[in-house]
Amino acid sequence: MPDLLIELFSEEIPARMQAGAAEALKKRMTDGLVEAGLTYGHAGVFHTPRRLTLAIEGLLAESPTQREERRGPRADAPAKAIEGFLRGAGLTRDQVEERSDKKGSFLFAVIEKPGRPAAEIVAEVLTDTIQNFPWPKSMRWGAGNLRWVRPLHSILAILTTEAGTIVVPFTLEGLEAGTKTRGHRFMAPDAFSVSSFEDYAAKLKRAFVVLDPQERADHIWNDATNAAFAAGLEVVEDPGLLAEVAGLVEWPVVLMGEIGEDFLELPPEVLRTSMKEHQKFFSVKNPKTGRIERFVTVANRETADQGATVLAGNQKVLTARLSDAKFFWENDLRVATKAQMQPWLDQLAQVTFHARLGSQAERIARITALARDVAPLIGAEVTLAETAASVAKADLSSEMVYEFPELQGLMGRYYAKAAGLPEAVAAACEEHYAPLGPSDAVPMAPVSQAVALADKIDTLTGFWAMDEKPTGSKDPYALRRAALGVIRILLDSGHRVNLDRLFDAQLLRHRVKIDSDDADTDEISALDDILDEIADHGVFGAAIRTVIERLGGDLPFLNRLVSEVPDASTDLLGFFHDRLKVHLRQDGMRHDVIDACLAMPGNDDLVLLVRRATALSAFLASQEGDNLLQGFKRANNLLSQAEAQDGVAYEYGADPKFAETEEERALFTALAAARPKIDTALQAEDFATAMEAMADLRPFIDGFFEAVQVNADSAIVRRNRLNMLHTIRETCLKVADLTRLEG
Amino acid sequence: MAEATTRPKSFQEVILRLQAYWAARGCAILQPYDMEVGAGTFHPATTLRALGSNPWAAAYVQPSRRPTDGRYGENPNRLQHYYQYQVLIKPSPPDLQELYLGSLQAIGIDMDLHDIRFVEDDWESPTLGAWGLGWEVWCDGMEVSQFTYFQQVGGHDCHPVSGELTYGLERLAMYVLGVDHVMEMPYNDPQSPIPLSYGDVFRQTEQEYSRWNFDVADTEVLLRHFEEAEAECAAILAEPFADPKTGKRIVMAHPAYDQCIKASHIFNLLDARGVISVTERQAYIGRVRTLAKACADAFVQTEAGGWQPADSAA
Repeated sequence: MPDLLIELFSEEIPARMQAGAAEALKKRMTDGLVEAGLTYGHAGVFHTPRRLTLAIEGLLAESPTQREERRGPRADAPAKAIEGFLRGAGLTRDQVEERSDKKGSFLFAVIEKPGRPAAEIVAEVLTDTIQNFPWPKSMRWGAGNLRWVRPLHSILAILTTEAGTIVVPFTLEGLEAGTKTRGHRFMAPDAFSVSSFEDYAAKLKRAFVVLDPQERADHIWNDATNAAFAAGLEVVEDPGLLAEVAGLVEWPVVLMGEIGEDFLELPPEVLRTSMKEHQKFFSVKNPKTGRIERFVTVANRETADQGATVLAGNQKVLTARLSDAKFFWENDLRVATKAQMQPWLDQLAQVTFHARLGSQAERIARITALARDVAPLIGAEVTLAETAASVAKADLSSEMVYEFPELQGLMGRYYAKAAGLPEAVAAACEEHYAPLGPSDAVPMAPVSQAVALADKIDTLTGFWAMDEKPTGSKDPYALRRAALGVIRILLDSGHRVNLDRLFDAQLLRHRVKIDSDDADTDEISALDDILDEIADHGVFGAAIRTVIERLGGDLPFLNRLVSEVPDASTDLLGFFHDRLKVHLRQDGMRHDVIDACLAMPGNDDLVLLVRRATALSAFLASQEGDNLLQGFKRANNLLSQAEAQDGVAYEYGADPKFAETEEERALFTALAAARPKIDTALQAEDFATAMEAMADLRPFIDGFFEAVQVNADSAIVRRNRLNMLHTIRETCLKVADLTRLEG
Repeated sequence: MAEATTRPKSFQEVILRLQAYWAARGCAILQPYDMEVGAGTFHPATTLRALGSNPWAAAYVQPSRRPTDGRYGENPNRLQHYYQYQVLIKPSPPDLQELYLGSLQAIGIDMDLHDIRFVEDDWESPTLGAWGLGWEVWCDGMEVSQFTYFQQVGGHDCHPVSGELTYGLERLAMYVLGVDHVMEMPYNDPQSPIPLSYGDVFRQTEQEYSRWNFDVADTEVLLRHFEEAEAECAAILAEPFADPKTGKRIVMAHPAYDQCIKASHIFNLLDARGVISVTERQAYIGRVRTLAKACADAFVQTEAGGWQPADSAA
C-alpha cells in the first residue's frame, strides 16, 4: 500500500497559527480521503515557519469498487417509464436484469462504480483542502486569486510504493505538484527532489531544517538549560514562549547573553516581560538570588562567527529596550516616592472607564466607598481597605504599565511600597485583580479581599445599572469571571456577606452617575442620604421611602428607583446563583439541590446557601434522607391534590384529639418533638442537625401512610389528616424547598 | 544577491545604495511627496497606485512627521521628523522576499553573519481604511523593515496585490553604521571636507518642532484647517468628471487626496497638542477615513486607477 507525502511550502507562517493549521490539514485531508473510500494506516503532521507537511502511511492504492442495485418498474411497464429508469441508471435495456417475485416481474439495474486510483482522489481532496483552508486570516498575492496565509510557493505531493514514486496529478492556479522542496532559507536554499517521507526528513535535516516542531522545542530547551546550568544558572520555564520560538525557526541555535549590570536592579517581572514581549528571549535566573542575570535567544541559523554578531546585535537591542524600561521605572519611582502617586490619580480623572459609567477616578471613588462597606463584614481594617481601594489602580497611569499593560497590579505593589504605604495596601494593589481565572489563586489577605470584592461588585452592578448584561458568548467586560471571583473569595474564606445590600448600595452609586443628567440635583444629593439610611437600616426599600417622605414633593427619579434598584439587584443575584451552580457542579453538586436551597430566605449569603446545600446533598445521599424525601413527596402530593380539588388550603393545626390510630398519634408526638429541634438547629444554622431531626420523622410518616387512609369517610377526620400533612410539609420546608428536588 | 557588501560610511550612502539597488531592479525612483505626511504609505505613489489593475513599481524616500514622537533631539531613537524608504511593486513578484534580502546585502548586511527573521505583523491603517498581511523583518532581534501584502486600500480590495516594503532609514542606518545615538550618525562621508552628522542637520529642527508641536501650535487655527481641508476634499470630489473648460474627462482624485493628507497631518498635530480626547480620537480618525475612501473611489475612476474609456461605452 502506498504512503502519501504532502508538503505545502510558503512564505513565513505566523508562529501562533502553525499548529492549528497542521491539524486542519490532517483532518481535512484524511476526512476527504476516507469519505472517498481511501482508508489509511497512520497520519502524521509537521510544521515549520515555511511548511506544513502531512505524511500518511498505508493508504489504499485505489478506492474499492462500489456496487449498487436499483429496482426499477415492472418489466411490462410503459416504455416511457422504462426509458426513464434506464437513463437514470446509465444502462441500456439489455444490461438490466428481470427478476420475478410474487408481485410480478421487475427490472433490476446493477451499477458498478469502479474504484479510482489514489493519486486522482488525493489531487481532488487536496484541491478542496487548499481552497477551503480555515486560516484565521488569509490573503491573496501577485495577480492570482488563490488565498493562503502568506504566498504559497510550491507543493510537494507524492505517493510512494515499492515499485517507485509517483507525483499526484495536481494543479491549481499555476501551482503544479512535484517532488521538490527547499532547505533552510539561508543555509541551504537550493531545491532538491525527494522520493519518500524518510528521504524527505533525512534530506531536510541535511539542509538545516528540523521538521518536527517538538524536536525543535526539545532541542531549544535542552541547549538552553545546559548553557544556563554550565553558568550555575537556570532558565525560567515558559512553555508558551518555547512553542512560539520553535515556530520562528527551522534550525534553532541557542545563544546566551548577558544583561547589562545597569539593569539588574529592575524588578525581575519587568526584565522578563520586556525580554519576552519585545524580543522573545527566555530569562535566565540565578537560583540563589532569584535575580534574572542573563537571557537566551534562539537564532535561526549557524553563522561563520558562531553567532557572535547575532548575539551582539540582540544584546544591543535589549540594551535599548531595557534603557526604556529603566527610564520608565525611575520616572515612576519618582512619582511614587515624592508625590505618593497623586499625579497618577489626578490623571485618571481624564481617563474614561466606560462612556456611561464615567472616568477611572469616578470608578475608584465608588470602589473605595464600597470597600468601606465591605471591610467590616470580612474582618478587614476599614481605613486600610479604604486606602488600598483608593490607590489600587493608580499604576494604570504609570509609564511602565502604559508600556506593559500585563504588569498592572504588580507595578502597583512596587509603587505603593515605594510610596511608603503599608504592606497590606501594597499587596492589595496586586491582589485585587485576582482571581482572574477558575484556576487562579484567590487572595487571602482581608484588605486584598475587600478591594477585590468591591472592584468586582462595582463592575457588575455598573453593567446591571445600565442593563448591559452578558449574552451568550458575548461578555467583553468578563462579567462572568468577576462574579465567579466574588463567589470564590467568599466561599474560600467563609465570609458571611449579604450581597443584596451591597448590590443595592452600589447600584445606587452607579445611578447617581448614569442619571445625573436627567434627575433633579436635589434627588441626586438625596442618594447620599439613602446610602446612609441603608447603612443604618440595612434595607433599601425602607431607606429610600424614609428619604422620599422626608423630602416630600414630586420626586420622579427617586420613585423610579424604588422598583428599579431592587429589580436589578434581584436579577444580578440570579446571575450569581447561575454562576454558583456552574461552580458547584464541578464538585458534583446537583443543580436541583441548589435550587431547593435557593428558595430559602437568606439566599444572598452564599456561604449560608452552600452550607445548606452541602448538608442537603449529604442528607439525600443517605438512606434516611431518600426515604424521608419519598414520604414528604407523598404527603405533599396528597395534600396538593386535595387542596386543588376542594379549593381550600389546609393549613390549620391538626388536632390530636381526632386521631384514630396509634400511628396517627405517634406522628403527632414525633412532629411535636421534631419541630422545636429543627427550629433550634436552623437558628444555629446547623443544617445537618436540622435534617437529622427531620429524618427522625421518617418511620412515623411511613407508619402513618401504612396504617391510615387520609381520605377517610368522616369529613372531620379527613380534614384533620390533611391538616396533619400540612404540618409535615411545613416542617420539612423549613429546611429546604424539597418540592424542587427531582427523583 | 551578491552585491557591494562593504559597509557604507554614512546615512546618505545607505539611502543612495537603496536607490541604486531598487533602480537596478526596475523600480521608478520617485521623489518624496511635497506634503507633510506621517509615513511613506501616504505618498499617492503607494496609497492610490496600490488601487486598480495597472502594474506599478516605485521606490522613494519619504520624509515623515509624527509630532507626538518629538523628544527635542535628546532621545537616541525617537524623532518627530524622520525618513522612510518605501518600495511598492504591483503585482507583488514571487521573489519579493529574495529581492528584499538582496537590498539588505546591498547596504552592507552580511547574510552569513546575521540572523534575519520574518515575524508576523499585520498592518492596518484606520485612517486610510487599509490593511494587509506581512511581517516585521528582524535582523539579530531588531526590527529593520515592514513587509506587507496590501489587501485593501480606501475600502477597495487590492487586485492585483501590491507588495510594500518600508525601511525606517535612521534606525536601519544606525544599525549598519554601528551608531548608538541618531544625532551622532554621520550624515555624509566622515572623510568629507565638511563632515556633517545627523545632529548637525537636524538637532535644532527637532528642538524647534518639538516646542511648536507640543506647546505653541494654534489649536483653533488647526481645528479650522481640519474642517477646511475636509470640506475642500468633498467639494473637489463633488465636481462632475467632465471639465467644462476643456471638455475632457478629468477626475480630480489627486487634488482631493492632498486635502485628505492635509487633514490627516493636522489631526496628528492636534493629537500632539493633547486637545483630542479618547472618544473624539475615533471620530477624527473616522472622518479622515471617509475622505481616504472617497479619494480611492475617485482614483479608480481615473486611467491610472484602471478605468478605461471602453468602460463608459459598455
